[in-house]
Amino acid sequence: MRRNQVAVVGAAETTELGVIPNMSQIQLHADAALNAIADAGLKLSDIDGFATAVETPQQIAHYLGITPTWVDGTSVGGCSFMLHVRHAAAAIEAGLCRTVLITHAESGKSNIGRTPRMTGADSLNGQFELPYGVSTPASMFPIPVLRYMKTHGITHEQLAMVAVVQREWAARNPRATMKTPITVEDVLNSRMIAYPFRLLQCCLVTDGGGALILTSAERARDFPRRPVYILGTGESVETPMVSQMQSFDSSRAFKVAGPLAFREAGIAHKDVDHLMIYDAFAHLPLFGLGDLGFMPHEETGQFIADGNTRPGGKLPLNTNGGGLSYMHSGMYGMYALQESVRQMRGIAPAQVRGAKISVCHGVGGMFAASGTIIFTNEK
Amino acid sequence: MAEPARARPKPTPETRHFWEGTRANELRLQRCEACAHVYFPPRPFCPACASRSVGVFKAAGRARLYSYVIHHRPVAGFTPPYSIAVVELEEGPRMMTNIVGCPQTPEALQLDMELEVTFEKLDEEITLPLFRPAKG
Repeated sequence: MRRNQVAVVGAAETTELGVIPNMSQIQLHADAALNAIADAGLKLSDIDGFATAVETPQQIAHYLGITPTWVDGTSVGGCSFMLHVRHAAAAIEAGLCRTVLITHAESGKSNIGRTPRMTGADSLNGQFELPYGVSTPASMFPIPVLRYMKTHGITHEQLAMVAVVQREWAARNPRATMKTPITVEDVLNSRMIAYPFRLLQCCLVTDGGGALILTSAERARDFPRRPVYILGTGESVETPMVSQMQSFDSSRAFKVAGPLAFREAGIAHKDVDHLMIYDAFAHLPLFGLGDLGFMPHEETGQFIADGNTRPGGKLPLNTNGGGLSYMHSGMYGMYALQESVRQMRGIAPAQVRGAKISVCHGVGGMFAASGTIIFTNEK
Repeated sequence: MAEPARARPKPTPETRHFWEGTRANELRLQRCEACAHVYFPPRPFCPACASRSVGVFKAAGRARLYSYVIHHRPVAGFTPPYSIAVVELEEGPRMMTNIVGCPQTPEALQLDMELEVTFEKLDEEITLPLFRPAKG
């Protein structure tokens, strides 16, 4: 895909984040969509392309009253929205549609009007993982951690620092769910969930949503907000079964999607001003730093422990507080994208001054899928 | 195991040989007759070379501990804390399982420790392959 041909011209989250007991899941989609439409200065009738995940495109498009000529229901977990951005950019460039709306929402905490996620007993996961007592993502996502730690020499304290640093960012964000500062000792003394991970190394469970509007860079100049251009994109999938990953030393899906986006963007790692790495659990930023090529995996733990990703550090990472402290409704990728767009617009609560390039990297399932979007505010 | 029972797998035509194997206290894997690739989970073709010429054989039942968590949350059929592990079989493939026959602690569960298969009968049709520290 060519660089900077498509831009984000509308971006918004749901009016409230956290616990939203007065809205069903589809209304959360609508709330985010209406906020994004207003942000872009558009009408719903201007939308001719639509993408969403978990809910079907027809469900949300009809609820909103829009008639798309292009739809994408790619639903590969929390990074689905990175893939939607990539697919939407290609569709706009190909002339299949002009103005794309991407929505995400989940009633992850209040559980109102939520589509149940089921694993059949005769699926491969149902036969070869479920019988061994996996249940929530907390019982599956951390399974690779001990191997990753042994291979790369990562310590428990370094993994605790991921949560500590992200809480520092969250403290600067009025919309963050958790803002109270924490220490390594707090993390290592919090309730054990699935050894080696404790409560403060696991993502929050919240309600919320977000929406993005994309159009051609040429049209983007006429919109009220500063356009945020799509500089590079990548995507991949590996396996729905964490036990069948090629290796626990890294993620194959990350290693395909991330470098693809960097090559397309034509940038080097030193060019990155701002970084988002989907952090459902504390090990993901380490996997991301290594697999995206910022540094060898062996150095990722110390890099974070040394404060390089904290406010004022040389590589600001997860500046909204992340899934660990900002919010996590179940598929967090949309919120990572929203923070990248805010940083590129220059309006983030913890703004990285002068940031021109933002890398936003997502995961789906338990390392099952991955999507990377590189944004810039300079054409 | 505590009640209610743990999730019960339901075999499909492609996986039936595996579950017939565990019922006979055998861990069965598949090997490609074209490229000799050994793989899991079951399927009637080779994921390395796409050949449909594949055979089933009895694995040695020896493995090493690749990685694990010790789950502390309640799950049907389990008494926390319990290990959810991925083991690497001597023949190459990895599979999820539980490590039994030792304390469910980080001290007792050392990465790369040698393991051997043991079979847990759930009912007349389904027997699960679990792993325990290798004897000797």
